[in-house]
Amino acid sequence: MAYLRAFGCYLPARVVTNAELAPMVDVDEAWLLQMTGIAERRFAAPHQTVAELGLLAAKECLERAGMAAQQIGFVLVASGSSERRFPGPASSIGAGLGIPGTPAIDVPMASAGSLAGIAMASQMAAVYGNVLVVGAEIMSRVVQVSPNSRDTAVLFGDGAGACVVSAESGFAEIVDSVLHTDGDYAESLQLDLDSPLFMDGRSIILHATRKIPRVIVEVLERNGCKAEQVAAFLLHQANLNLILRVAQSLGVPESKFYCNVQRYGNTSSASMLIAAAEWHREVGTIEAPIVLAAFGAGLNWGAVLAKPVSGHL
Amino acid sequence: MDQSSKIEQSKILEIVRRVAAKPVDPAPDESLFESGMLDSFSLTDLVSALEAEFSIRVPDADLTPRKFESIVRIQAYLESRV
Repeated sequence: MAYLRAFGCYLPARVVTNAELAPMVDVDEAWLLQMTGIAERRFAAPHQTVAELGLLAAKECLERAGMAAQQIGFVLVASGSSERRFPGPASSIGAGLGIPGTPAIDVPMASAGSLAGIAMASQMAAVYGNVLVVGAEIMSRVVQVSPNSRDTAVLFGDGAGACVVSAESGFAEIVDSVLHTDGDYAESLQLDLDSPLFMDGRSIILHATRKIPRVIVEVLERNGCKAEQVAAFLLHQANLNLILRVAQSLGVPESKFYCNVQRYGNTSSASMLIAAAEWHREVGTIEAPIVLAAFGAGLNWGAVLAKPVSGHL
Repeated sequence: MDQSSKIEQSKILEIVRRVAAKPVDPAPDESLFESGMLDSFSLTDLVSALEAEFSIRVPDADLTPRKFESIVRIQAYLESRV
């Protein structure tokens, strides 16, 4: 068995409002809010790195888990915006935690990376004990802030999230996970080596609005659980309208979908973990199942179902 | 309208207007998106409406915005499926 032990997050201090960003991409501030649901986002300081953001989220997560870094048996780090081809931020985060020798592996998957990390960690926990999953991004350095790329420039923010998946204990038991990939649409969302991030928004929205509800239903149905039984849906925070569409498709109240995209924008692999960290800080314990789900470049998408410890689905 | 077509453009236009929630009047080959008649989210609604209206299931392999770019393209796609 594997458990969700704790979440943690780190957000850079600098707040970038729509009022600041709108003139740079030549759009109206109100339009920007209406189309994306995003009011502000955070940008990392010039000296900060993806690994630094991830390390700060990891430390907060360990503190909330009541664990020492030395209790971590494996580190998985998701990021699509790391500064170099290799090594990725995982090894630096391991070093920053002071756990030399502990394997630290990168999962360069962008938006669905932390969801995949949790799904993999749930299988790895039996071997490695406590698996630390981190999602860290500095998206502000990979998008082009100009009127020609306004559709992507306004969406993204920087931040990091983390989760400890434990073989021993936690506030929720991971029941099942589902991962999918469709490489036929790899060109729809990509970050080339020497170009800003490219996203075919129409294609991505079209696939996401259909695939996310479908994969949530898939993980629920194969475990005999109904959407209305779920206490909270913790999704990749891509776009407020997209999250509300997913709620509508599943026929559950929007209030069950924790949303903080309004404050942080789309922080890619970090977003689901940041949302989960804030949600868990608010609710404390759970009495019904929760679902985590994400969708992103690849295309990769998936869902994880977890239930209260000693609870029933 | 092409009289040999099995799918009438007027029927597609009716669905586009319903999804757009306004009396748009695109030329048959005009982009529904570049013209601003539909946005990214209404593309999803359009595909769902076409599925319901013509009793088809659009598979993931066909979820390419270009196939639904204009009345003519939608008509061609539907005729390949119905």
